[in-house]
Amino acid sequence: MGIVIQDNCSMNRILMTLASVKRRTFLKILLPIAIIVAWEVIAIVLDNQFILPRLGSVFAVLLHPTADILGNGNLIDNALISLQRVIAGFLVAAAIAIPLGIGMGRSETVHDLFDSLMQMLRPIPPLAWVPLALAWFKIGLVSMIFIIGMGAFFPILLNTLDGVKGVKKTWIETAEILGAKEHQILSRVILPGAAPTIWTGLRVGFGIAWMCVVAAEMMPGTNSGLGYLIMASYNWGQVPVIIAGMIVIGLIGIGFDYLFKLVDRRSFAWRELER
Amino acid sequence: MEGAGAMTLTVEHINKKFVKDASETIESLSDINMEVKDEEFICILGPSGCGKTTLLRIIAGLEHPDSGAVKIDDTVIDRPNQKLGMIFQDYSLYPWRTVNENIAFGLELHGVPKERQDVIVKKYITLAGLAEFGKSYPHELSGGMRQRVAVVRALAVEPTVLLMDEPFGALDAQTRNMLQNELLDIWQKTKKTILFVTHSVDEAVFLADRIVVLTQRPGRICEIIPVNEERPRDRTSVEFAKIRRHVLDLINQKCVLQ
Repeated sequence: MGIVIQDNCSMNRILMTLASVKRRTFLKILLPIAIIVAWEVIAIVLDNQFILPRLGSVFAVLLHPTADILGNGNLIDNALISLQRVIAGFLVAAAIAIPLGIGMGRSETVHDLFDSLMQMLRPIPPLAWVPLALAWFKIGLVSMIFIIGMGAFFPILLNTLDGVKGVKKTWIETAEILGAKEHQILSRVILPGAAPTIWTGLRVGFGIAWMCVVAAEMMPGTNSGLGYLIMASYNWGQVPVIIAGMIVIGLIGIGFDYLFKLVDRRSFAWRELER
Repeated sequence: MEGAGAMTLTVEHINKKFVKDASETIESLSDINMEVKDEEFICILGPSGCGKTTLLRIIAGLEHPDSGAVKIDDTVIDRPNQKLGMIFQDYSLYPWRTVNENIAFGLELHGVPKERQDVIVKKYITLAGLAEFGKSYPHELSGGMRQRVAVVRALAVEPTVLLMDEPFGALDAQTRNMLQNELLDIWQKTKKTILFVTHSVDEAVFLADRIVVLTQRPGRICEIIPVNEERPRDRTSVEFAKIRRHVLDLINQKCVLQ
């Protein structure tokens, strides 16, 4: 009899869990669906494709990602160009921010030397650098890498610093007692210990870099990339392409965020379980 | 044995102050002297805040005394030294490493070849009774199991002295008793010298050859009590209770008033 009761309980629990999963899924898709419906209704009522085009015309662009758009290349090629730029800027930022963050986290001297400068630069939006970037590096890839890098730099730096400071003191002392030299402490304790937090910084940094690339591609003189495609379409009054471009930007952003989270769950599971 | 048989650890006139803020310094340890013989089991007992952990950290070379010195034979210990292993209360295992990899950590640092590492790890994981958990991660283990791993990780690089800072403080009473027995077993097998910090009178009386009782801040040595009971000791015996009583009286009377 005890068994029967137990079965009932677990059955109930499963049903309740299922119900709650369904409820949550429903809540999550509720607003997007409502917006799409409202969009279509308003588009029909307005009947002005320069303000709000019908859904169908946007999907027409999305469903032909290899079709040339106004002589500016197709969606996929432009997205790939944007992606290359963001990866370049992101890698440059990471290559500077991670070592600097480790240095600042490990050494008071390095920290005090850089801290005030970093505090001062951090609130400046990456786009405020556009005029200077153009003046220093001229129009082109270097300017874009500079802007993108500026966007990615601070989240990576601050998270690295945080991660290094969060490495348990006894982890370091254990290594010292077992005979570790400074470089071994760095590579075998500090880096793996701070890795989850550094990874979070990379994820946030990549997200911001992705936002910056689109803005950077709107700089004068650019002639490729999703940002450029959106600006060009604006000049030609092609609102469906603008919206399609925005959707692609969003999807790629979500995709990368998901990849970063996936690696996080796989590689750094110990962070959550440790506490 | 490589001359380790005659090792003596001496603590000479250790004084330590902490600067609390600009106007105030706290005297943490005052004129600590003791001599620890080879293969001896010493418990350092005292109320919280008496500086017993600081004393242990100074002996480990992790902190420097304001005056005085710690010596192993004639070598002054002023930085971590491989003759001294240390176990922390929070286990301090590396959560990104498996049990095997944690035990091998010290060996890796010294460039011990992989095959040799495997042999040593096997030996020590067996000593810890965790042979089937080699590929587990620390978060998959209970507190008691984690501390066993920490103990054998320290032993794997073969220190002569094991410093233990309230190692069983975070464990439940049952696990604690079990680990105390296992530690004595390991101590007898490996012939280490152990300095064990605790605030539990029961633990000290059960484990130690000699109990060093510290006073409240500033910590100084109030008394060193030899425990001559045969092992294994019976926690419920009259003799055990007598010694416990004696230590408790000391703590509550003489050692409070310095």
